[in-house]
Amino acid sequence: MTVTAPYRSALPAGRDGITRTLRAEWTKFRTVRGWMITTVAAALVTMLLGLLFAVGSRTSCSVGPVEVACPAVPLGPGGEAVQDRFFFANQTLTGDGSITARVTSMTGVITYPPPDHDKLVSGLVPWAKAGIMIKASAAPGSSYAAVTLTGRHGVRMQDDFTHDTAGRPGGVTAAAPRWLRLTRSGGTLTGYESPDGTRWTEIGTARPAALPATVRAGLFVTSPSDMTVKANTMGGSIVQARFTQASAVFDRVEVRGRASGAWRGDDVGDDGGKTDWERYHRPSGLLQAGGTLTVTGSGDIAPSRDGVRVESTLTGVVLGLILVIVVAVMFVTAEYRRGLIRTTLLAEPRRGRVLAAKAAVAGAVAFVTGLTAGAVAVPLSVAVLRAGGNHVLPVSPLTEVRVVAGVAALFAATAVLAVALGALYRRSVAAVTTGIVLLVVPYVIATASVLPDAASEWLTRLSPAAGFAILQSIPEYAHVTGHYTPSDGYYPLAPWAGMAVLCLYAALALGLAVTRLRRRDA
Amino acid sequence: MRRELHAEWTKLRTVAAPGWLLLAVVALTAAASAGVAATVTCPPAGCAYDVPKLGLVGVQLGQAVVAILAVLVIGGEYGTGMIRTTLTAMPRRAAVLAAKAAVLTGATLAAGTAAVLASMLAGRLILPGNGFVPAPGQALLSLGDGPTLRAAAGSVLYLALVALLGLGVATAVRESAVAIGVVLGLLYLFPIVIGMFADEGWRHLLYAIGPSTAGLTVQVTTGLRELPIGPWTGLGVLAAWAAGALLCGGLMLRARDA
Repeated sequence: MTVTAPYRSALPAGRDGITRTLRAEWTKFRTVRGWMITTVAAALVTMLLGLLFAVGSRTSCSVGPVEVACPAVPLGPGGEAVQDRFFFANQTLTGDGSITARVTSMTGVITYPPPDHDKLVSGLVPWAKAGIMIKASAAPGSSYAAVTLTGRHGVRMQDDFTHDTAGRPGGVTAAAPRWLRLTRSGGTLTGYESPDGTRWTEIGTARPAALPATVRAGLFVTSPSDMTVKANTMGGSIVQARFTQASAVFDRVEVRGRASGAWRGDDVGDDGGKTDWERYHRPSGLLQAGGTLTVTGSGDIAPSRDGVRVESTLTGVVLGLILVIVVAVMFVTAEYRRGLIRTTLLAEPRRGRVLAAKAAVAGAVAFVTGLTAGAVAVPLSVAVLRAGGNHVLPVSPLTEVRVVAGVAALFAATAVLAVALGALYRRSVAAVTTGIVLLVVPYVIATASVLPDAASEWLTRLSPAAGFAILQSIPEYAHVTGHYTPSDGYYPLAPWAGMAVLCLYAALALGLAVTRLRRRDA
Repeated sequence: MRRELHAEWTKLRTVAAPGWLLLAVVALTAAASAGVAATVTCPPAGCAYDVPKLGLVGVQLGQAVVAILAVLVIGGEYGTGMIRTTLTAMPRRAAVLAAKAAVLTGATLAAGTAAVLASMLAGRLILPGNGFVPAPGQALLSLGDGPTLRAAAGSVLYLALVALLGLGVATAVRESAVAIGVVLGLLYLFPIVIGMFADEGWRHLLYAIGPSTAGLTVQVTTGLRELPIGPWTGLGVLAAWAAGALLCGGLMLRARDA
């Protein structure tokens, strides 16, 4: 009887680990020429659409027929673009001190509001402001803190454009005047209000960024435009703004500390333009009669939203995402179509690991693609836009980095979602369509159609399109009148929260795909 | 041609996917329209919504499903290799494509009619509860109203033309995933790209040549004068896109190997 030893391969055993699976998947991806080309195309279209938009946008300003440089937009202490226009009756104040005033009346006019746009209506817009202020100088954009009565939001304390604290609600009448007080102690300003000038309530404190030793302290009045929004039949909306003006009567005004004593009037941020109302009926200014000061003004003290937002150079991202979806889906479905999946699962029987490796490779490739596209498109397009005379709303470098990284994150999360969909459906058409319907369609419908605002907001809250919030560079301010909808670039969720919604969808889909892959026959 | 039609009808009828997709067209269109109708409110002071367009907003979602169906009608055959059998049995390739187009159009028209009627019914039931008041002398979203009827009938035709566009693109591209990407890209990207341009001339041009923007003008009943293109002309633009895609696909089908 002969005994034959079983055959043993002389080859060393193959090493086993996630890196092997990753390498195998990366090789599969890398060696299909069409996928690499499409991936590069995804980056290119993102950049090119941004550049196309930048090159096609030009802004010029003219006085009569003569073209002139556009006036510089003031920047607030935080570097953000601001509107800083109001009438300021002020004294200089050196060192610590305080200003106290009683407001006995606040009235205003709104020119030609709807429905017929044919009347001058007396009334106040919700964020008309009349109050007391301590400001670094009369230059627009300089640091300040103010305690102010508003048209419909009661007493507020605001500082440096972006901060707003609510005080007691309600308006003012001659029978129920409102007392306001602002005290300076070093770099800290404290706001108070009182119904009678004896019982004072603290509203809050503020530490404006840059207050010199000598500041302006005084009374101010301003009134932002009255705004209505009309849906545009071609998608988006048309915002209509109308001139308004407010007047307030102050008495018992008292400036304590080393003050100059005499009142001077500054039309802060005045650009020389005057409406017919200001020319023929009531100019902005200060009227003094005994101890009573009447201040009239128009404008706003708030972060500005007029200008091109940084992320508007990223419209091409949607097109890039469609390409990412197609490639990532085919990365999985092509294996089913060609039967390669059986080989893949023989080589690596841990099916969850196979799908995880696929998601990781597709996600990483998409991340790098998105990062490249964003890092080129954003700075380049912004530079081209600025060269074309456009006012691009300035953002902090950190925000710009977040927007660029946001493109990468959007691409990566979308690729993972698409890989999962491909594994769930095994058919390219159904998977690609589901990907597009989940991500691109809600975005398009919410931002570029005539969908009502409420529906748009729910779409960008609940659907994976919430992830686009990560590209929003200008935050929404509750104390600034504006049309805050996804079509204006304002998402209902915070940037990272929106991104988290998209990631949640991707994670859920991937989890589901792993369970299905484990249970089903390949 | 009868033979080809019969063959294509048998294929469409006996595979599970097209039936489900046609049902999905109806369900998704109606559900999206109803969902939007439920979120809108009209304050007592009045609102400026274009009610027929609002009631038919689900078509914007339903068109995606129509596109899948259209792409699968030929892309599925390339995926499985069935196309070789088809072309062996019916060597007249143009007739095969025409038969596919005819069967697809018929199926889409049927599903589209159901989807549009369901959307209108949903709007009619939901919108009055949200403050929408019908104009005196007529019911809300009534087919008896000329522009509303045009919007409804036009939406059905719109869906059929989207199907033909999808069929043409898929015939030209052959790979289903790429075809669906191209079709959905064409349908959904124009509105986004329009939003990029501040210049009125560019906006009008893009609106007038975009297959979905121009095509959906057929749903607009108010403010038509502000639009660069009329409702039927707009649908004509989409028809031109579909015809162009079918022509391209047809020529490539004749010229190429299967």
